[in-house]
Amino acid sequence: MQWDIVIGLEIHVQLATKTKIFSGSSTAFGAEPNTQASAVDLAMPGTLPVPNEQAFRYAVMFGLAVNAEIGRRSVFDRKNYFYPDLPKGYQTTQLDHPIVGPGFVDIDLADGSSKRVRIHHAHLEEDAGKSLHEDFHGMTGIDLNRAGTPLIEIVTEPDMNSAEEAVAFAKKLHSLVSSIGICDGDMSQGSLRFDVNISLKPKGSDELGTRTETKNLNSFRFMEQAIAHEVERQMDILEDGGRIIQETRLYNGERDESRSMRSKEEANDYRYFPCPDLLPVVIDDGFIESARDLLPELPDERKARFMEQYGLNDYDARLLSDDARISAFFEEAVGHGKDAKLAANWVLGEFSARLNAEDKTVVQAPITGSQLGELVARIADNTVSSSGAKKVFETLWKGDADNADAIIEAQGLKQVSDTGALEQMVDEVLAGMPDQVAQYQQEADPKKQKKMLGGFMGPLMKASKGQGNPKLFNEILLKKLNN
Amino acid sequence: MHNKSVAELSRELESGKISSVELTREFLDRIKAEDKQYNSFIAVTEDQAMADAKAADEQRAAGNASVWTGVPFAHKDIFCTKGVATTAGSKMLANFVPPYDSTVTANFRAAGAVCLGKTNMDEFAMGSSNESSFFGPVTNPWGLSAGEKRVPGGSSGGSAAAIAARLVPAATATDTGGSIRQPAALCGITGLKPTYGRVSRYGIIAFASSLDQGGTMARTAEDNALMLNVMAGFDPKDSTSVDRAVPDYTATLNEPLKGLRVGLPKEYFSDQLSPAMEQQIRNAVKEYEKLGATVKEVSLPHAKLAIAAYYVIAPAEASANLSRFDGVRYGYRCENPQDLNDLYTRTRAEGFGDEVKRRILVGTYALSAGYFDAYYLKAQKVRRLIQQDFINAFKEVDVLMSPVSPSPAFVQGANTNDPVTMYLEDIFTIAVNLAGVPAMSVPAGFVDGLPVGLQIIGNYFDEARLLNAAHQFQQVTDWHQKLPQ
Repeated sequence: MQWDIVIGLEIHVQLATKTKIFSGSSTAFGAEPNTQASAVDLAMPGTLPVPNEQAFRYAVMFGLAVNAEIGRRSVFDRKNYFYPDLPKGYQTTQLDHPIVGPGFVDIDLADGSSKRVRIHHAHLEEDAGKSLHEDFHGMTGIDLNRAGTPLIEIVTEPDMNSAEEAVAFAKKLHSLVSSIGICDGDMSQGSLRFDVNISLKPKGSDELGTRTETKNLNSFRFMEQAIAHEVERQMDILEDGGRIIQETRLYNGERDESRSMRSKEEANDYRYFPCPDLLPVVIDDGFIESARDLLPELPDERKARFMEQYGLNDYDARLLSDDARISAFFEEAVGHGKDAKLAANWVLGEFSARLNAEDKTVVQAPITGSQLGELVARIADNTVSSSGAKKVFETLWKGDADNADAIIEAQGLKQVSDTGALEQMVDEVLAGMPDQVAQYQQEADPKKQKKMLGGFMGPLMKASKGQGNPKLFNEILLKKLNN
Repeated sequence: MHNKSVAELSRELESGKISSVELTREFLDRIKAEDKQYNSFIAVTEDQAMADAKAADEQRAAGNASVWTGVPFAHKDIFCTKGVATTAGSKMLANFVPPYDSTVTANFRAAGAVCLGKTNMDEFAMGSSNESSFFGPVTNPWGLSAGEKRVPGGSSGGSAAAIAARLVPAATATDTGGSIRQPAALCGITGLKPTYGRVSRYGIIAFASSLDQGGTMARTAEDNALMLNVMAGFDPKDSTSVDRAVPDYTATLNEPLKGLRVGLPKEYFSDQLSPAMEQQIRNAVKEYEKLGATVKEVSLPHAKLAIAAYYVIAPAEASANLSRFDGVRYGYRCENPQDLNDLYTRTRAEGFGDEVKRRILVGTYALSAGYFDAYYLKAQKVRRLIQQDFINAFKEVDVLMSPVSPSPAFVQGANTNDPVTMYLEDIFTIAVNLAGVPAMSVPAGFVDGLPVGLQIIGNYFDEARLLNAAHQFQQVTDWHQKLPQ
C-alpha cells in the first residue's frame, strides 16, 4: 500500500532576552546551578510575575517575519502539572489568545519547487528548569537557572509531507529567528527544540491518520532520522493491520530507536485557566510598528530585491538570500565587481564549492567579498580569462597574495585583447594548417564544424602563450574561415 | 496608652510624652500577659521590635519622623517579612523564613512603624472563624466575660482580636471574601478592604489572586486612613496593582456628609439576617440620615449567586496557587519520601489542613476537563454580572450600606463540621471581592453583648469617601470605643 506522510512541527524557541520572561534574573547559559534563580523563579510564596516587554517585542518580530496576525490582546494561562523542575506547579503559557496568530513560511525544496507551510499560531511561555539525574546518588538535582527563560512555541499546520520538507522548514525557521536576532540559534544549548507530529494515511485519502509526537529533537540530523524512523515504524504497524496509538515518543539519536513516553490516556489534564496574576497584554499599532522597525531585511524580501536589483534568476537569488552572511558577501563582491550575474556565479560556484570542501562557513573564508569582487571585475572587462581567473582565485584563497590585479600581473595572466595582434596570430596559425582549413570549409554539418574549431584553438593559445582572449580568437577564426 | 489610637500615639510620640521604646515595651508586655487567652499572635518579634523602637526614637530625635515613626502595630502572618518566619497559618510554612519583604511590610518599615509580631489567621486565609490555623484557634475578646469562647471571625481573626484586646493599635490584614470585614465586625473594630489593585499583593501569600487584597484594621476610621496612606499605591512588582494617584486619605475625613447618597441593597436585608442585627444596621443608617445623607433602597439582583461563583473561582485559583507547596524547595517536606509521587502526596497530605485540602479538591475539580465550562466559565460570567450590579448601583448612589455578617460572633466549634454554613458567614461580603470594589466594616452596635458591623461599600477607588463616611459616623457614635470586659 502507498502512504502519504503528514508532518506538523512544534518548535520551542528560546528568546534572546537578557532577563527572564517574568523576573529580572539573567538568562545566560552555563552558570553554576541555581545562581540565576530569584525568589520569583523559585516560586517563593507571595512572589508575582512581571512581564518582560522585550519578550513581547521579540514575539511580535517573529509574527511579522512569518506574515502572521498579531494577537492584539495577549492572555496568559496556567498549565497545571507537578514536576520538580516546574517551581510553581504550573507553567505560565498562552492557550486561547496567543501573541502570534496564523501566518506562513515558504520553503524551497531541492527540486527547485517551493512550498508554503502554514503557522497555526505561536505563543509566549516560560521554560522549565532542568532535572539532573546524574551525580546525585539515586536522587535528582534541580537547576532552576533555565526556569522562566522566555520561549515562543511555534505550532505549524500539518503541511509537510516528507522528512526533507520538515527539515527544510526547520532550517528556514532556524535561519529566520537567528537572522532577526530574537534567538541565538544555538541548538546544542537547546535554544531551538523541535517536536514532530507524524501520521500516515492511505495515499490520496482526505482523512488524517492517528498521529504520534516525537519530542525534543535538537539537531536537524536527528530530526531527519527520527522522522524516517517513525514513518517506518508506523508503516510496519499499519501494513500488519495494526493501529497507531496516539502517544508521545522519545527518540534516541545515538541508537536510532524510539520508545513510548506516555499515551493519550496517560496524558495530564492540565486544567488550563487564565493566570490571575497577569492582566491581558494589549499590543497596539505603535508597539507593532516599533517591532517592525527593528526587523532586518528578511530572506524572502532580500530574494525579491536581488531579482529586481541585480537581475538574478529565482534559483540564484534564493541561494544567495537565505543566509544573511552569504548575502552580505555577495553584495560586497557586487560592489566591486559590477557584473552581478558573474559575481553570483562565482559566489555560488567556485567560492561555495571551496567552502564546502573545507567545511568552512562564509565568515571563516580566507577571502573577502571585495577581493572576489575585484577578480570578477577583471573577468568582466576581459583582463583575465576564466581559466586564468581560477588560478587567481586559488592564489587568493591560499593567501599568497591579496589582490587580483597583482596576481594577474605577477603570474602573467593578463589576456591579449588587441585584435590586430590576435588577427596576425590567427593568420599565421591558419597558414600553417592548410589541410585542416580545407577540411573545415568542406564540412556541411555546422555541429561538426564547431567541433573542428577547437582544433585551431590549441595552437592559437600556444602561439599567444596562453594569453590570447579566447572569445576574440573565436570571433576572428570564424570570420577568417568562413570567408 | 494602650487604649489610644494610632493618631493619638503618634501625637504623644511627637510631643515627647513617651518614647517608642516605652510604648513598644508596654504593648509587648500586654501581649505577653494577655495573649494566652486569645492566641492572636503566631510570633512576637520582641528583639526586633525593641531595636526598631530604638531606631525610631533616634529618627524622631533627628527630626525626620513620619506619622508612623515609632508606632507599634502588627502584620497578619500572610505578609512576607524578610528574615522573620511567615507561615500563613499553615504547617506547610511553619519553618519558612522569606528572604524578602512584601511591598506592604517594606512600606511600613520605611515609614518607621514598629512591628511587634505576626498575627494568627485561618490557614492560607481560608476560613471565617480562625479555627483552621495550624497554630490553634483565636478567641474573640468579646464574650469571654460570659465564659464563652467565641470566634473572632476570619481569616484575619488574629489581627482583629489583637486590636480589640488592645494588644496593638493597628494591624494589617487581607480580604479575599470578607476576611477583613467579617472579623472586624465580630471583634468590634474598624476595617477596610481597598479596591482590588489599590494595595500591592507582592509578598502576600496568595489564596485567590484575582480576589486577594491587602487592607487595614484599627479601632478608628482615621487610623485606617493613616494605614492606607502607607499601603496604597502602584507597585511595579505586582502587574495587577493600579497606577493611579494616591490621595492623602486623612485629608477628607472631616468633609460633611450632607447630600451623601446611601443605597441599601434589598438583597442584603433578607431573612438570613436576624431582626436584632437588622435593627442595629437600620439604627446606624438613621445616624447617617441625621448627618445629612439621603437613603434609598437599591438592588444587586445577582447577589444571591455570589457565594456559588466565589466557591468556584477562589478554590480554582487556590488549587494552582498552592501547587508550589510540593516539598521540593522550601517549607514542609514529609519524612523519607520513597519516590517523587510519595514526596508530593505525603508532603501535601501532612502539610495542609482539612479546609485547605477541601478547597484544593473543589478547585481542581472545577478546572478539570469536562467541568471547566460548567463551573469555572459559568462562575466568571456570574462574576461579570455581579460587577455590573455594582456599576449600576453606583450610578444612583455614592455608597451602599449593609450588615457585614448575618449574625454576631458564634461559639468556637459551632460550624466546624458544616462548611456550607461557615461559607454563608460571608454572604454579604463576597460580592464585593468579586466586583473588586472597596468596602469597610464599622462598629455599629451590639446584639446580646456582641459587636455588630456596618458594611459601607464604595465605588472603585473611592476609599477616601468610605473613610470619610466612617469617620463622621465615629464622631457621633462611640461603638468603636467600647471595650470588651
